[in-house]
Amino acid sequence: MANFEFVTSPAPTKDIKVGLGDGDLVKRSASTVSPPAKALTPVAKLIDVSKCIGCKACEVACLEWNDKRIPVGENVGSYDFPPDLTPNMFTVMRFTEWVNPQSQNLEWLIRKDGCMHCEDPGCLKACPAPGAIVQYSNGIVDFDHDKCIGCGYCVKGCPFNIPRISQVDHKAYKCTLCSDRVAVGQGPACAHACPTHAIVFGTKDEMKKHADDRIKDLKSRGFANAGLYDPPGVGGTHVMYVLHHADQPQIYANLPKDPHISPIVEVWKGLTKYAGLAAMGAFAVIGLVHHVVTGANRVSPEDEANAEKLTGGRP
Amino acid sequence: MTNSWTDIKNTDLVVIMGGNAAEAHPCGFKWVTEAKANRGAKLVVVDPRFTRSASVADFYAPIRQGTDIAFLLGVMNYCISNDKVQWDYVRAFTNAPYVIKEGFGYQDGLFTGYDETRRDYNRSTWDYELGDDGYVKSDIDHPRSVWNLLKKHVSVYTPEMVERICGTPKDKFLKVAQMISECSTPTKTMTSMYALGWTQHSKGSQNIRAMAMLQLILGNIGVRGGGMNALRGHSNIQGLTDLGLMSNLIPGYLTIPTEKEATFDTYMSTRGFKPLRPNQMSYWQNYKKFMVSFQKAMWGDAATADNGFAYDYLPKLDVPAYDILRIMELMHQGKVNGYMCQGFNPLLSAPNRKKLTAAFAKLKFLVVMDPLQTETARFWENHGEYNDVPTASIQTEVIELPTTCFAEDEGSLTNSGRWLQWHWAGGTPPGEAKHDTWIMAQIHLRLKALYQKEGGAFADPILKLDWRYKDAGNPTPEELAKEVNGYVVEDVRDPNDATKLVLQKGKQVVSFAALRDDGKTACGCWIYSGCWNEAGNNMARRDTSDPDSTGAYLKWAWSWPVNRRILYNRASADINGKPWDDSRKLLWWDGAKWTGYDVPDIAPTAKPDVVGPFIMNPEGTARLFTRGMMRDGPFPAHYEPFEAPIANVLAPKVRGNPAARVFKGDMEQFGDAKEFPYAATSYRLTEHFHFWTKHSQVNASMQPEFFVEISEQLAKEKNVKNGGWVRVWSKRGSVKAKAVVTKRIQPLTCDGKTVHIVGIPLHWGFMGETKKGFGPNSLTPYVGDANIETPEYKAFLVDIEPIAGPVA
Repeated sequence: MANFEFVTSPAPTKDIKVGLGDGDLVKRSASTVSPPAKALTPVAKLIDVSKCIGCKACEVACLEWNDKRIPVGENVGSYDFPPDLTPNMFTVMRFTEWVNPQSQNLEWLIRKDGCMHCEDPGCLKACPAPGAIVQYSNGIVDFDHDKCIGCGYCVKGCPFNIPRISQVDHKAYKCTLCSDRVAVGQGPACAHACPTHAIVFGTKDEMKKHADDRIKDLKSRGFANAGLYDPPGVGGTHVMYVLHHADQPQIYANLPKDPHISPIVEVWKGLTKYAGLAAMGAFAVIGLVHHVVTGANRVSPEDEANAEKLTGGRP
Repeated sequence: MTNSWTDIKNTDLVVIMGGNAAEAHPCGFKWVTEAKANRGAKLVVVDPRFTRSASVADFYAPIRQGTDIAFLLGVMNYCISNDKVQWDYVRAFTNAPYVIKEGFGYQDGLFTGYDETRRDYNRSTWDYELGDDGYVKSDIDHPRSVWNLLKKHVSVYTPEMVERICGTPKDKFLKVAQMISECSTPTKTMTSMYALGWTQHSKGSQNIRAMAMLQLILGNIGVRGGGMNALRGHSNIQGLTDLGLMSNLIPGYLTIPTEKEATFDTYMSTRGFKPLRPNQMSYWQNYKKFMVSFQKAMWGDAATADNGFAYDYLPKLDVPAYDILRIMELMHQGKVNGYMCQGFNPLLSAPNRKKLTAAFAKLKFLVVMDPLQTETARFWENHGEYNDVPTASIQTEVIELPTTCFAEDEGSLTNSGRWLQWHWAGGTPPGEAKHDTWIMAQIHLRLKALYQKEGGAFADPILKLDWRYKDAGNPTPEELAKEVNGYVVEDVRDPNDATKLVLQKGKQVVSFAALRDDGKTACGCWIYSGCWNEAGNNMARRDTSDPDSTGAYLKWAWSWPVNRRILYNRASADINGKPWDDSRKLLWWDGAKWTGYDVPDIAPTAKPDVVGPFIMNPEGTARLFTRGMMRDGPFPAHYEPFEAPIANVLAPKVRGNPAARVFKGDMEQFGDAKEFPYAATSYRLTEHFHFWTKHSQVNASMQPEFFVEISEQLAKEKNVKNGGWVRVWSKRGSVKAKAVVTKRIQPLTCDGKTVHIVGIPLHWGFMGETKKGFGPNSLTPYVGDANIETPEYKAFLVDIEPIAGPVA
């Protein structure tokens, strides 16, 4: 066929049949696990920022699938709504109006923000509660809310500022990469809802290959620095971006150029290791520290009121 | 659409102008991303705002709202001047060579025959010169050939003039023109994706014509990846239009008679559609078959040859149409007693809300059929500043009839690409909600009983309405669809062999080709004939096979007419029937007949060099010059909106579209640029669908509050803070909103003057889950397109000032 520059077929979300269970864990917070006998194929969600139209279908799908609701708020002078992640809103569009200094043309950069599912997850490393944060052998980093103590260390450990602590139940929340859907062979809800295939899901290798095609296409359209965002500082991620300006990730609403786990977390984990504290011991110590810093995990009348407000009186 | 959503993947260049597909049609927009991926297609966006579509475009050019014709005629001028014309197509398939009558002309912004007092034209010179043989004279080199007239007409629209009128910087205009002009080769196509950004102007129809003409010059009509693709704003608005939405139409684009057409013979006498060139199909010659079959579907046995097939039962129009503006005007004058709103929220959808509220208050009764609690149903209720009405003084009785929504019933939806897709109920209706068909049937039966009991001046149209449903009170979607498809009323035998039955009584007709003008067939909507024939419900087909991946999907659902996916598809091949582009073959002549990937839009054995591809036209060709068929000119010409920030630089004395209808009192309600210096426009946002989704908590939380958008420069000038409150007002009303200050809106320079743009999205009202707000229709002017009266929502004047927010 004539007039072709590139043929890139879209990679529709590929459902990968896996069953996620304790036997699939490769990392567990404040614990050691023996590696699974048979590792799952690493998966990834690829977000092509150059194809995203900011329609927020992914946000809606996320709310619907996770059965969450956020309040009807106020316009704050932008399309960013809600303006930030919350314990109920695991993904948000971040809109940036950026004037390209070379062309003087406006570019409206729209980045879907949410958990990156790092290969080396800072949240998990920082978490003192045994088993509250786990990583499966396919790369998904998940929170187990029954075990979460709400200390907020995962927030400090995350190089992307993703987890949010609920003021209702004092637990940490973030995108699960729809581990409950992936476990039964379905892709993430956001990828299924995306009308332009800007969000695709599959094995990490497939996604990297698809990204290569997209990058070639973008380069042919004049985006010389188009590239894949799969930052090595956190061992790569299981949520990756195709960026038109991969040399400047920070223009996309402060996407970190070279994310690393905070040195404090690294030191803290080193210390616990050095001290040879048993996991439970560490939990006790941290529980104490947490108690001193933030007070007991008791439900105050204010918490009750907040819970009432957020659930709209529904149980 | 001439083509289909799925066909967009075949294009080389997508031009989004007069629409914002990514924003308003995000699911359909996926086919743009397919085109980019499959063919390396480029996307160009021309819009007053840097939109969501622009955010993924290869090139964006700004334009002042309401100046699209100047831009498009500028591109045509560029193509003609630079010989970027697909000549073989233009010569063979358009009316470019035809000679126009002596006396036709265009001067000072007006075509020949203008009558200022009537705001109308005598269009007698806007026509072809006929030869002695009765056919149109054809000679492209004639000084009055369509081509030479067109060349002259567009010559004034130079890049400099386009910049002066549209505010589009010359270099950006030239870049767009150059990209478009490349599609004049037979192996490159462009698709035009447009929507209400073109229709909602006082010259909306001409906006679309301008692009259609450009597409013809480039040879892009009838080919894969080409076409004029209207993105319809509701899932079934195409279906509603097809079935006679407009007050002057009956199903299938047949026309309601006027009061001058007292008999069926008079009516038919102007609908002969005699070919204007030799050997042309002029398919509307079958008009009588469709009309008679429609009458049979309506009145059954009561429609006979002797009574002109119940022609008298049809209403006769005393005015060109009872469009929304005329109805509201009459209501405002107190001349309308009752009004039924079926799935319609005019209090937020029609212009000049103050006038609407006053109009509704003059009704005796208002019936609202809707799944939601609309603002219209609550027009009488005081909602503070959001609907500040004196409730006690409003005597209108309002009756709300809760209906089901699309997911709660069965039936077909016709998408933008003319596909009738059957759907099944996904849920049961809540509470007392009833299907629209049940409600309409109940009203009919009650009216009929009243007429039977009490009689009336002319009861026959109601009493004799053909009502052959199993349950008279509840016609089923299947029964209605079969009636729309059409059926055989009486056996028809082969005239040469009486033993041979051609049509059997009671059977579904296979398509409109079987319809007859003798009353032996009935058909509710001829263009839908074939949707449910003896093969079954073709709309319910779900086969995704697509030989050679052409995007046709002939076995998925059913497309009108006769399952054809690309209209005028014979034009995808040259005069000898050879495809213009081998990589995008659609139809070709195999020596004896037409064959290919689509249902041929021509008689299968019509010789390629004899019969033209535009079979609905008596010429057999497409019209660059549209004769007297449009009220405001045979060519588009630049006219400013009625409220414009600058005068018409080509014709300073002409305000707005000179042929657009303006009611008494409304002209005085237009503001001028001295008093209202800013150019406003209105539009949709992705997060919402019209005034529906504000009733959904999740959508409401995604875009919670009414806002207007302005540039950083205007914000600075007016001391408006981002996220702060502003008041925006026009000559007709005032609204309060949050301000979104953005780089996506830039001031333009038009005729040496800085023009600031104010963007006003339309999703807020005083009912639902969002914060209460206003619609742009509190501000918009009461004037519509000269041909079909679509209101001018896209270009009007306002002023703006910062205000203190409401006290929390």
